[in-house]
Amino acid sequence: MAQTAAQEDVVEISYREAVREAIRDALKRDQRVFLMGEDVGRYGGCYAVSKGLLAEFGPDRIRDTPLSESGFTGAGVGAAMAGMRPIVELMTVNFSLLALDQILNSAATIRHMSGNQFGVPLVIRMATGAGRQLAAQHSHSLEGWYAHIPGIKVLAPATLEDARGMLWTALEDPDPVLIFENVMLYNMTGRLAANAESVDIARAAVRRPGQDISLITYGGSLWKTLEAASTLATENIDAEVIDLRSLRPLDDATIIASVNKTRRAVIVDEGWRSGSLAAEIGMRIVEQAFWELDAPVGRVCSEEVPIPYPRHLEQAAIPDVAKIAAAAKAALGRA
Amino acid sequence: MSGPPDKPRLSRTHMLDLLKQMIRIRLFEDKCAELYTQEKIRGFLHLYDGEEAVAVGVIPLLTKDDRVVATYREHGHALVRGISMKSAMAEMYGKRDGCSRGRGGSMHLFDRATNFYGGNAIVGGGLPLAVGLALAGRMRAEKNITVCFFGEGAVAEGEFHESLNLAALWELPVLFVCENNLYAMGTALAISEAETDIHAKAACYRIASEVVDGMDVVAVEAAARRALQTIRETGKPYFLECRTYRFRAHSMFDAQLYRDKAEVEMWRKKGPIERLRAWLEANHMIHPDELAQINAEVGAEIAEAVAFAEAASWEPVEDLTRFVYAEAGR
Ligand SMILES: Cc1ncc(C[n+]2csc(CCOP(=O)(O)OP(=O)(O)O)c2C)c(N)n1
Repeated sequence: MAQTAAQEDVVEISYREAVREAIRDALKRDQRVFLMGEDVGRYGGCYAVSKGLLAEFGPDRIRDTPLSESGFTGAGVGAAMAGMRPIVELMTVNFSLLALDQILNSAATIRHMSGNQFGVPLVIRMATGAGRQLAAQHSHSLEGWYAHIPGIKVLAPATLEDARGMLWTALEDPDPVLIFENVMLYNMTGRLAANAESVDIARAAVRRPGQDISLITYGGSLWKTLEAASTLATENIDAEVIDLRSLRPLDDATIIASVNKTRRAVIVDEGWRSGSLAAEIGMRIVEQAFWELDAPVGRVCSEEVPIPYPRHLEQAAIPDVAKIAAAAKAALGRA
Repeated sequence: MSGPPDKPRLSRTHMLDLLKQMIRIRLFEDKCAELYTQEKIRGFLHLYDGEEAVAVGVIPLLTKDDRVVATYREHGHALVRGISMKSAMAEMYGKRDGCSRGRGGSMHLFDRATNFYGGNAIVGGGLPLAVGLALAGRMRAEKNITVCFFGEGAVAEGEFHESLNLAALWELPVLFVCENNLYAMGTALAISEAETDIHAKAACYRIASEVVDGMDVVAVEAAARRALQTIRETGKPYFLECRTYRFRAHSMFDAQLYRDKAEVEMWRKKGPIERLRAWLEANHMIHPDELAQINAEVGAEIAEAVAFAEAASWEPVEDLTRFVYAEAGR
């Protein structure tokens, strides 16, 4: 979109503003939509995403809640079952664990358990990821856990287009959709078409085409991976970078087509390595493209440690450009 | 239901109807227990034996648009709300013709047509849902009330407190009905709650509340009438504690080591069906023939339901993964 729009139709915007525009647009388009969560109204959102929306839409539709993650997430489930289109904001993925009962035992099960009589068209947004030195109770990346659960969809917008465009598509979906916003992306700015609209939420995107190796990633790690690809290019390695966008369902077709072409793959995932989404993707590659591979599938994940506070340790715990480039070179036998 | 909403109706026909509804649940569940031992019904089976007066006292007062959220001990609520005995029984069998296509079983009866939002098997899990259903009603200026049933065990859960607070804070039309049968599985109320007077807890959230003898269907009905009337007038939540007792095991896997038989026997004598029947007899309001007729009618309905469930078909295994997500164009 950005490429085709005329110069004056492009705006400079942050990821945070793009999410806010998406919420504002949804509230305007559909009276059934409302935003509910801790400090979304008067405070403006813990990451300032919803700043200004209270004044525009009022306290009914920008609904501050008490500190009751399970209570208001469950209320979102109930309201969705009764025909509303709630957006529930959970401050971070760590706090979402207090609402896990409602997400897993209610939202994800009710359509099936009721024999298709009731659906839960609910969107739950939350922040995820490390990098702000918030230590071991505010920095984890548990979206891979959520991607384990049938009955929900899991999205990870990494670009401005997706931050702006995924929400509306998610709201139109008849089933619960979780949207994970990496905390390091909120301040990212860039150019976006002023008339940017909704985007599909089913397909992965090739963010950088290449021939030599497939680097498969999502969310905050996308930008590190693209940077690693640029570094690799200086060494004559032409990496393809795939942004998963949707973590559940996974777009196997795009992943496998890329691996069939490059014959090598490294997965970059800010989740812990053991039992990770990266493990799932690696296994799918093995199942579907084993005979195409020229090298073992590699992984760059977080170290098996609660995210520490000091910056040097925090950075050492999560994927970075150097680790990604090294893993790619190892897969190419150029370590 | 017609008649003035705030006055109990003690007409003979009404009393006979209440009796019949309670007997209908009791005999249905007796049959379920039997079918369980025959392994026709599997999984967990939680019977409502002894607590029938609560569902029968509350649910018939609701309008069609009101909503019901219940627990895994919800067969009675489902039947009184109007889910057919056939589809409930087929659900217990796990058949496709069950009210949840067999995918839910005993603990997860659902029915869109009667606004029955499920048997929820997470203790306390239904309360936030009820808050959300009521919130949706409020935001769309609907006039309906959401009734949420739960046991006294749920009172210890955080979701209970979160939900009461939200309902009160946002002034939502929810009727919370606590079915206090004194035990959460084997844990007696006195060893799980610092404050055992459950309805008093509602005061912390500024929710109007009442406690009623849950073995007396007339008293439950009168209290529920007051509660619903208050909610319709104020738009605010209301808390009704019904003191009752479960005569049978918690589920079919329970040796009942935590209470003695004498206690159960003592409560059985106070049972809601016994009590109403004795009262009707003492006041010459029921003829033995009428009781026999109720039993015969209910017996016939049960036989039909069992035949229906037996004959019903299984969901084909090819459909295993359907209804995890909505199906486009189906
Ligand atoms: C969150 C949760 N914890 C534990 C259980 C296991 N469990 C099922 S029923 C029950 C007792 C609940 O007692 P109460 O709420 O009083 O309802 P009752 O069974 O007496 O109707 C327990 C502990 C559960 N289903 N959900």
